[in-house]
Amino acid sequence: MAIIEIKDLKKTYEGGFEALKGVSLDMEEGEILALLGPNGAGKTTLISALCGLISPTGGAASVGGHDIVSDYRAARSLIGLVPQEIALEPFQRVWDAVTFSRGLFGLPRDDAHIESVLRQLSLWEKRRARIMELSGGMKRRVLIAKALSHKPRVLFLDEPTAGVDVELRRDMWETVAQLKADGVTIILTTHYIEEAEAIADRIGVIDKGALLLVEDKAALMARMGRKTLLISLREPQAKVPDALEGYGLELADEGQTLVYTYDTHAERTGITGLLQDLGEAGLKLSDLKTTQSSLEEIFVGLVKESAA
Amino acid sequence: MNFPAIWTIYVHEMTRFFRTFVQSFISPVISTSLYFVVFGTAIGSRIQEVEGVSYGAFIVPGLIMLSVMTQALSNASFGIYFPKFIGTIYELLSAPINFLEIVLGYVGAAATKALFIGVVILGTASFFVDLEVQHPLAMIAFLLLTCISFALFGFIIGIWADNFEQLQLIPLLVVTPLVFLGGSFYSISMLPGIWQTISLFNPVVYLISGFRWSFYGAADVPILVSLLAISGFMLLCVGIIWWIFRTGYKIKP
Ligand SMILES: Nc1ncnc2c1ncn2[C@@H]1O[C@H](COP(=O)(O)OP(=O)(O)OP(=O)(O)O)[C@@H](O)[C@H]1O
Ligand SMILES: [Mg+2]
Repeated sequence: MAIIEIKDLKKTYEGGFEALKGVSLDMEEGEILALLGPNGAGKTTLISALCGLISPTGGAASVGGHDIVSDYRAARSLIGLVPQEIALEPFQRVWDAVTFSRGLFGLPRDDAHIESVLRQLSLWEKRRARIMELSGGMKRRVLIAKALSHKPRVLFLDEPTAGVDVELRRDMWETVAQLKADGVTIILTTHYIEEAEAIADRIGVIDKGALLLVEDKAALMARMGRKTLLISLREPQAKVPDALEGYGLELADEGQTLVYTYDTHAERTGITGLLQDLGEAGLKLSDLKTTQSSLEEIFVGLVKESAA
Repeated sequence: MNFPAIWTIYVHEMTRFFRTFVQSFISPVISTSLYFVVFGTAIGSRIQEVEGVSYGAFIVPGLIMLSVMTQALSNASFGIYFPKFIGTIYELLSAPINFLEIVLGYVGAAATKALFIGVVILGTASFFVDLEVQHPLAMIAFLLLTCISFALFGFIIGIWADNFEQLQLIPLLVVTPLVFLGGSFYSISMLPGIWQTISLFNPVVYLISGFRWSFYGAADVPILVSLLAISGFMLLCVGIIWWIFRTGYKIKP
């Protein structure tokens, strides 16, 4: 059974703005989904609806089999939320902030667990500090610690690495990997494609309130990934030789390189023929290289398509 | 019922109070003493007895009510406005708790603080005048009902307010005048006829009158009417809060 089930979830804000136009999505336990989408796509709205910060205006969703509206207590006790905006009480101490969150979930004190969470997020040294004495990156980690204080089975991370330095970002990826190893299901939103590429199992692309696709990361890259073959020539060419027309070649590097784009999943890539024809055309090669298009290009392509 | 969560909110709200405990304790002591110096001694010496008690003793119930109402109101309204303002309300909304539990935590804490201040004023006043409490149970009931209902009212204001000005608007424009005109420092029967009638539209009159009755056994309005009025006000507030959470007014779009 899927731990998260979202069926045709809709949200129309007061004033008539349709922020979610019927989103459907299932997630298996222990899975990590990265939600990509431009500003205002509806990522935060989707997460807010699942966590109870806004009321959906249509459709349904359940977490752990519990409906998020009719059985909100059971559903929410499984959920940890790290919001996009940093919201903390400036005078509160780190330790108190995190234990407060645990208390809200109705759980008894568990100092050992809080300690391990704070240590994992490198906040242990700062446990006695007031929130206002922390840096931005530390505050974000306090938000994560609060969300983990009640050992959630499902974690929503709304841009957890915004404004976080490179080293810390890697630490966070590690934290996410550890949580995954513990079987926690994670939905995270991000604007960093390399982040999605690095930690997600599946990738969802959302734009204008609609999920454009949700797909296994590797499959997505394989399906949509086009490869490019870069052919370095001994002697630069002024134009693509007529004999090679039909391959859609392009010249780059002031005539030094021929660029051939092909689909790895097409029935034939055309590489064999091309290499033969190159020899027949009398071109001498000095090097060959292939590159795969990144998720970023795929993403930009999709969003452009949906805008058109 | 998620009792641990209620307790968590309650304790969280009370810590702010304990952090500033000395101020919380000293300021009502000083202000009450000042009232007694000004009203009780300076003015009171020129006023004969009111309803059979010395003027100094007469104003004690009104003084307590005045502070209890404003404290309950401001503590509760600030208590819920603050998380709304800084955004930490997301935690309350996404936790497995319902509106009743949130209200019990916040309103309970605000009412406790107000009650504490009421007791401090009562204690301070006993140094200045001879107090008698004829109906202690009624006194406690009135005090508790006032603390709770004004904390509920404050909670509503805190949810409704979009900024700090609005947060202070209602207490300043509505509550303070009603309280001062509600017979804290005089008996309604001392007013000219038409003003007596107008006063009966002031809900605070019923509170102060009932509370004073529990001390000295004399009241401007029947005690039962007082009890009904304060209970009705409390139910009204509960109803509004229930509606707020059902519709998500101002907190859950
Ligand atoms: N309370 C609200 N009332 C009306 N419209 C809203 C409200 N909250 C969000 N919106 C609108 O809903 C749309 C989606 O917003 P949302 O915050 O979900 O975007 P997002 O994908 O999280 O964007 P970002 O990457 O910038 O965080 C936006 O157009 C936004 O203006
Ligand atoms: Mg967002």
